[in-house]
Amino acid sequence: MTPPPASPTDRWTLAAFRLGAIDVLPFVPGLAGFAMAYGTVAARKGMTLFETLLMSGTIFAGVVQMVVLDSWPEVLTAGAIAGIVALTALVNARYIMIGATLRPLLGGQQPAKAYPTLFFLVEPPWLMSLRYYSNGGRDPAYLLGGGVAMYVVWVTTAIPGYLAGAAVGNPKQFGIDLLVPAFFVAMMVSLWRGPRRSWGLIVGAVVAALTEYVFGGLWYLIVGAVAGCIAGVLNDD
Amino acid sequence: MIEKDALGFFVTLGLMMVVVYVTRIAGYWLIGRLVIGPRLRRMLNALPGAIIAATVAPALVQGGLRAVLALGATLVVMIVVRKDFFAVAAGAAVAAAAFAWGL
Repeated sequence: MTPPPASPTDRWTLAAFRLGAIDVLPFVPGLAGFAMAYGTVAARKGMTLFETLLMSGTIFAGVVQMVVLDSWPEVLTAGAIAGIVALTALVNARYIMIGATLRPLLGGQQPAKAYPTLFFLVEPPWLMSLRYYSNGGRDPAYLLGGGVAMYVVWVTTAIPGYLAGAAVGNPKQFGIDLLVPAFFVAMMVSLWRGPRRSWGLIVGAVVAALTEYVFGGLWYLIVGAVAGCIAGVLNDD
Repeated sequence: MIEKDALGFFVTLGLMMVVVYVTRIAGYWLIGRLVIGPRLRRMLNALPGAIIAATVAPALVQGGLRAVLALGATLVVMIVVRKDFFAVAAGAAVAAAAFAWGL
């Protein structure tokens, strides 16, 4: 998995940036729906539009923002702030594993470029970058392009959601709540390598479902991913 | 209400921003400090599928029949057509139809 030697000429090109942005377009309706829902919740919680957009612009993590807003206390004590920070770390812990998978694509790059790029790391461009890399793509601007496109959509589409306030109906009516799982199902088809080489996938799914069923909460993701990972290590062929 | 405590809001937001950014860079940074042997490579290869599968499976358990139908439609369309856009659109359409039917 040693990255091929970086040649400065074919890295960080505008073409790859644009391609990355185009390839995440299928995710835009789902993301926009999510951002609008976030804007609606923020308005109901009494945040100003500025605060709502500031949170989107600095955090850029939809699940974190939704979970934290939902549990935002009436009075911000030091303990409450610590709880919010701990919740944030738990919900976003999966990014530690996601970031690890980007070493092949970003590995040969200068830290001054790689680390700012990681600020824009979210799941759709990550998934697209995995495919891009496995198809031979080596320009990390692809990841940056997808991330920046998602960022712009995430921050701006919160505005109509905020303005609409409670007017956004039930997301289930249009299947918006299942868009992200559906994208993941589609990606699983692409990642499937036959039953013998997909043990990590199978074990991850089963363990996550069991953890969810027995304990609830958000632990299923970490437990399932770690279990799938261990299964993948043991599955030497 | 959040705007009554503007300072607390900005302090909390600042801390959240740091934590979220650290989760984004920590895995990338850690892997760069380790030598990637065959075992670690297998782990990295298994990771994306494990994370994705771990995300989807509970949605199936929680979402009941509606989620099973919708994600099943996504799976079938993806296997047949191999275009994620159509696969996801089919899933959302089935989910919306299931909702209209009261599932």
